[in-house]
Amino acid sequence: MMDFFLGWWQYEFMRYAFFAILLIMPLFALLGTMVVNNGMAFFSDALGHSSLTGVGVGIILGMSNYKPAMVIFAVVFALLMNKIRHSRLSSTDTVIGVFSSCGVALGLIFMSYKGSFSRYQSLLIGDILSVTRDELVVLAVILPIVALLWVVCFNRFHSISISPELAGSRGIPVRLLDNLFVAVVAVVVMLAIHWVGLLIINAMLILPAAAARHVAKNTRSYLLTALAFGLFSGFFGLWLSYSISVAAGPAIVLISAILYFATFIVREKR
Amino acid sequence: MAACGLHCLKIKHITVAIGDNVLIRDINMHAHCGELTAIIGCNGAGKSTLLKAILGELAHTGSVEFSGHDGAPAEGLRIGYVPQSLKVDGGSPSTVYDMMASLVTKYPIFLPRRPKTVKYIKEHLNKFNAVGLLDKKLGQLSGGELQRVLLATATLPKPDLLVLDEPVSGIDRAGMQLFYKLIVDLKSKLDMVIILVSHDLEFVRNNADHVLLINRGVEATGSAQKVFASAAFRREFPNADFSHKGG
Repeated sequence: MMDFFLGWWQYEFMRYAFFAILLIMPLFALLGTMVVNNGMAFFSDALGHSSLTGVGVGIILGMSNYKPAMVIFAVVFALLMNKIRHSRLSSTDTVIGVFSSCGVALGLIFMSYKGSFSRYQSLLIGDILSVTRDELVVLAVILPIVALLWVVCFNRFHSISISPELAGSRGIPVRLLDNLFVAVVAVVVMLAIHWVGLLIINAMLILPAAAARHVAKNTRSYLLTALAFGLFSGFFGLWLSYSISVAAGPAIVLISAILYFATFIVREKR
Repeated sequence: MAACGLHCLKIKHITVAIGDNVLIRDINMHAHCGELTAIIGCNGAGKSTLLKAILGELAHTGSVEFSGHDGAPAEGLRIGYVPQSLKVDGGSPSTVYDMMASLVTKYPIFLPRRPKTVKYIKEHLNKFNAVGLLDKKLGQLSGGELQRVLLATATLPKPDLLVLDEPVSGIDRAGMQLFYKLIVDLKSKLDMVIILVSHDLEFVRNNADHVLLINRGVEATGSAQKVFASAAFRREFPNADFSHKGG
């Protein structure tokens, strides 16, 4: 019986995956609460797609490790998308749609150059069992940084999400903080995309927060519930993937989705 | 605290244009503390645009100056702003406390509440008939409740300049009356410049010390009596009838 629940611990890659989830799910839950508050689900989805271009740019520049290229490109992409989003020249949906498709098309062109596309398919689906010790160290550095950012800036992010005009009238640097937020989301999404895959990474960002919204009484319970939902789906999904031999990322997302619908029913019944 | 009448907001030659489209042009206005200055005009006249220029949200030419008791420019102008609406949906978990605390303190609102902050906000909400709304979600407030909460938020702490962008609709008559009563009370009690964009001509007529009628540019300015009697007013509001009311 113990083996049924804890058998996975004997494998190093499972232990690494466990720690990765312990670090990445809180990050996603924290950022996700603000992504959902700001109605930016589509925005973060486009960011995920931009990872393809980032890899493509890395290949063109002849970089053996294309992750830095991905992160830098995603940050630039996010800032540019944010600038156009605020220019009021076009509707947000359209701008994000255009950026998203351009990101995918450019990436696919670079990656399919000389028929090398199949090497990068892991980017689409991801594999959390491939996490290395070095990557865990990077995550362990990023999590406290984001947590600190949350402690220092959360109130201002919150004010901006409620009314950018009201926040601006109080002297809050709305545009600067907005850019900082999208840049942080870009970095975290890029760090995680190899383990989760760009097809479902956005679901992992959005679902715990969206489910938490159904049951939260206030902002404090919103954040705490999103954290709990994120960690629960992460660990349960990983265990499920080990137990019935399915991919971990989709299992995690599926559990988050079940939480989403379950909390929706709870809210409707109240 | 009674108004000192010495703070002054001077708006000089404000023009806002997006491309070739001039939204407002060459607007001049002086407003003093303890006075209620109302901006009126028909829909699309540029009232909200002017407010956004004053708040520094829209790029504009011209200047917005605020001077203190000695006539010298006052540093760090504190602005209280009541927006027309908020960007929250019905499912938003943000409560009245969350909004107010996130604006008045840096202590993160996701940590356990500090009794000191709760007391500070509660006491202030109490002055606005809104203390019972502390834990209500913003998306679930009625139009009138939201306006009172926004007014309470804008005046915590006391601003030098209070800017109100009145909603066009969504508030019942009783809610609006209460809102107006609170504004009149604030005017008499607090030392600040109040600028109100209003659609309620009767309220403006009875309570504004200074009226600015705009339609892209300034059409008429002065006391309510003077503006309401002007040819420009009759042109902009042909259906408004204030002839039977005394000054």
